[in-house]
Amino acid sequence: MGRKIRVLIAKPGLDGHDRGAKVVARALRDAGMEVIYTGLRQTPVMVAEAALQEDVDVVGLSILSGAHMALVPRIMEELAHRGIGDLPVFVGGIVPQDEALLLKQMGVQEVFGPGTDTRTIITYIRKAAGSGSFDATTQPLP
Amino acid sequence: MTPRLSRCLDGLTLAGLALEGDRRAIARLLTLVENGHPEGQIALARLFSQTGRAHIVGFTGSTGVGKSTLVNRVAVEFRQRVPSLAVVAVDPTSPFSGGALLGDRLRMRDLMDDPAVFIRSMASRGHPGGIAHATRDVVTVLDALGYPVILVETVGAGQVQVDIARLAHTVVLVEAPGMGDDVQMLKAGLMEIADVIVVNKADRPEARQTMSALRAALREATRTVPAGAVRPLAAEYAPPTAGQGPGPTPQASEEVAPWAVPIVEASALEGWGVDAVVDAITAHRHHLEAANTWQSLHLQRAQDEVAGWLQRYVQILVERCVGTERLGAAADAVVRRDCDPASAARELVDVLLECLRSGELDRAGTL
Repeated sequence: MGRKIRVLIAKPGLDGHDRGAKVVARALRDAGMEVIYTGLRQTPVMVAEAALQEDVDVVGLSILSGAHMALVPRIMEELAHRGIGDLPVFVGGIVPQDEALLLKQMGVQEVFGPGTDTRTIITYIRKAAGSGSFDATTQPLP
Repeated sequence: MTPRLSRCLDGLTLAGLALEGDRRAIARLLTLVENGHPEGQIALARLFSQTGRAHIVGFTGSTGVGKSTLVNRVAVEFRQRVPSLAVVAVDPTSPFSGGALLGDRLRMRDLMDDPAVFIRSMASRGHPGGIAHATRDVVTVLDALGYPVILVETVGAGQVQVDIARLAHTVVLVEAPGMGDDVQMLKAGLMEIADVIVVNKADRPEARQTMSALRAALREATRTVPAGAVRPLAAEYAPPTAGQGPGPTPQASEEVAPWAVPIVEASALEGWGVDAVVDAITAHRHHLEAANTWQSLHLQRAQDEVAGWLQRYVQILVERCVGTERLGAAADAVVRRDCDPASAARELVDVLLECLRSGELDRAGTL
């Protein structure tokens, strides 16, 4: 068995556009990862709870509603509040460049805009998951 | 900031923190156990004395009958009656990429705001029985942590995914109208392991036919289920047959009538009938306890588990003492027709026994 990279793909806020999140979730699945997909309209508490209970390596937030500056800080707060504020977080969606910088100052590691190759995201997640959590050399019992 | 617990790999530390209610530690522990990490096994050994208290309820049924939605509602209803609850939801791993999309949380949003509910998604990771190989260990951890009810949702299952019957105390089979005719019901498998049957989406017009087909199939099953076919105690679960005389005699207790599998109509989406589902699940637990089956189930499971581990260890002994080289040589001999397969294997058993006698295994490392 051994270890698998576990990723949370969440869609916070009042935003019905889940095509991007689904494309990414599927690409990650096809890259051999275990993707916990939460579906639409998640509150920051729900996102943080899912990240905690599922013990994910990386959290991905898909936001196309323009509400990222309101939602992301609250999600980062809820994660920190639960003692998992150091989880790697990335954001996908439509985010202006100056705001992407602000998100990164809040602790978001990457912001992926429209047209991003899913391979770029996969590479990022593999790196982020490797830098955090436990090493991949775990020896499973028979 | 709190130190990053996800870096913690110490099974005993995590077990201690988890027992104190640290949910990060619980989540981390479940990961170790799921990955078959040696520290997970150490934690399990530490926690095991605390287990055996939870009511483990399995939910199975075909893809699309509404298992996740029903589990969500059942959990909410259960929470009115118990102080805390855990859900383990298994989804399939792709045999091609090894990845998985775990989407059961999608339909469990009513539980997300309840800190007394712990939901964990698992990928089946190639295990064919409808639950993952490590599902039992994950449930064991949650049991030790004092969750009085643990709901286990299987992979959208077909007819032979009956592993859940060896894990759960109560198996809920979820059906939906229009999923097949009465011939489907006659086929072996899921029907035989059900303790409670739920016809979900019962607001649909075809629900009536589904109900009557299920009733007929159950009546039929009472006459035909051979004791010990799927589950050693199957005879005790067989429902009484109306007007057919006494069913199979329960072994445990004379005065407790055999469990009659109830068929409950519900619409998880609209939220009705769910209290009746929970009533039926609870009644089944009371029945198990009254008929002394609770204890005999645990005994049976313990035997299965010890036997399972024994097999794994014997497998390791074979690998270490006999090795692939000797196995290959034996295969060559069989291909040359010098020796038949069974005799070749018996010679290897002698090699194994000799290896154990000589104490060579100690040099090869302990189990």
